[in-house]
Amino acid sequence: MSTNATHQAGTRETTIEADPNLPTIRIIRDFDAPPEKVFRAWIEPDLVAQWLGPKSTEIRIDEWNARTGGNYHYAAVRDGEEVAAFYGSFHEVRPHERLVQTFTWEGMPDGVSLETMTFEDLGNGRTRTIGLSVVENLEGRDAIMASGMEVGVYEGYEKLDALLAQG
Amino acid sequence: MSEDQLSRVFAALADPTRRDIVARLAIRDATVSQLAAPYNVSIQAVSKHLKVLEDAGLVSRGHDAQRRPRHLEAEVFDMMTAWIERYRRQAEERYRRLDAVLAAMDDGEPFSREPTNNQGAAS
Repeated sequence: MSTNATHQAGTRETTIEADPNLPTIRIIRDFDAPPEKVFRAWIEPDLVAQWLGPKSTEIRIDEWNARTGGNYHYAAVRDGEEVAAFYGSFHEVRPHERLVQTFTWEGMPDGVSLETMTFEDLGNGRTRTIGLSVVENLEGRDAIMASGMEVGVYEGYEKLDALLAQG
Repeated sequence: MSEDQLSRVFAALADPTRRDIVARLAIRDATVSQLAAPYNVSIQAVSKHLKVLEDAGLVSRGHDAQRRPRHLEAEVFDMMTAWIERYRRQAEERYRRLDAVLAAMDDGEPFSREPTNNQGAAS
């Protein structure tokens, strides 16, 4: 639906894999930047705040200690109001290669997922990121995917809904 | 499709026997006893699986009162595909903002906390 950045995107659109047998979500995406740079955008809080989180909400990063054994806590804020908060720990930070985190949405405090992000050097200054989320069971996985609709890209969905309504 | 129904669809398809039933109904409608034949389980067990598939909206019953052949509601799969596409698009939007962040890093400009929704301007 959104086409404003396709001139630089080429053929590297995000791929999602939700295995019907396993409580996992795999998100694959290529970037026009070397692993060192992509990795930096993941671990420096000032950079993370610019892209993480839903489009229409501001991300307030309270803690982002991206080192092995470190922790993080951030909230999505819209119109001055906190709409969701998340926290977890950095299980492993292996520079330019691998980032392993736990992830909990405070709205579902008993739920915790394990997020492994792999940074693959594609050469020519490009990087493939493979994000694997593992949750406790299939119901939990589906709830996470469904919750994306609530805290997700509001404007995009509104446009989509308008299009569908025109049907 | 509501989130509840989507969860039911995912849960229904999480079971290998139910996926096998769906695969066979994709070829042709079948009665409960026809569906049960290849499995080493009771008719009741297959009926239970069918109930889960029916509750998820994946399978319906035919009008033949005697045989009640089960029918696959294939369009539910299309709706599920569309729903996953929404989730994918959300991730893609996030990563396009990351594209813009990476492009700004290329330029050697100081990092700002300004919203970078306008990806096009950063390239």
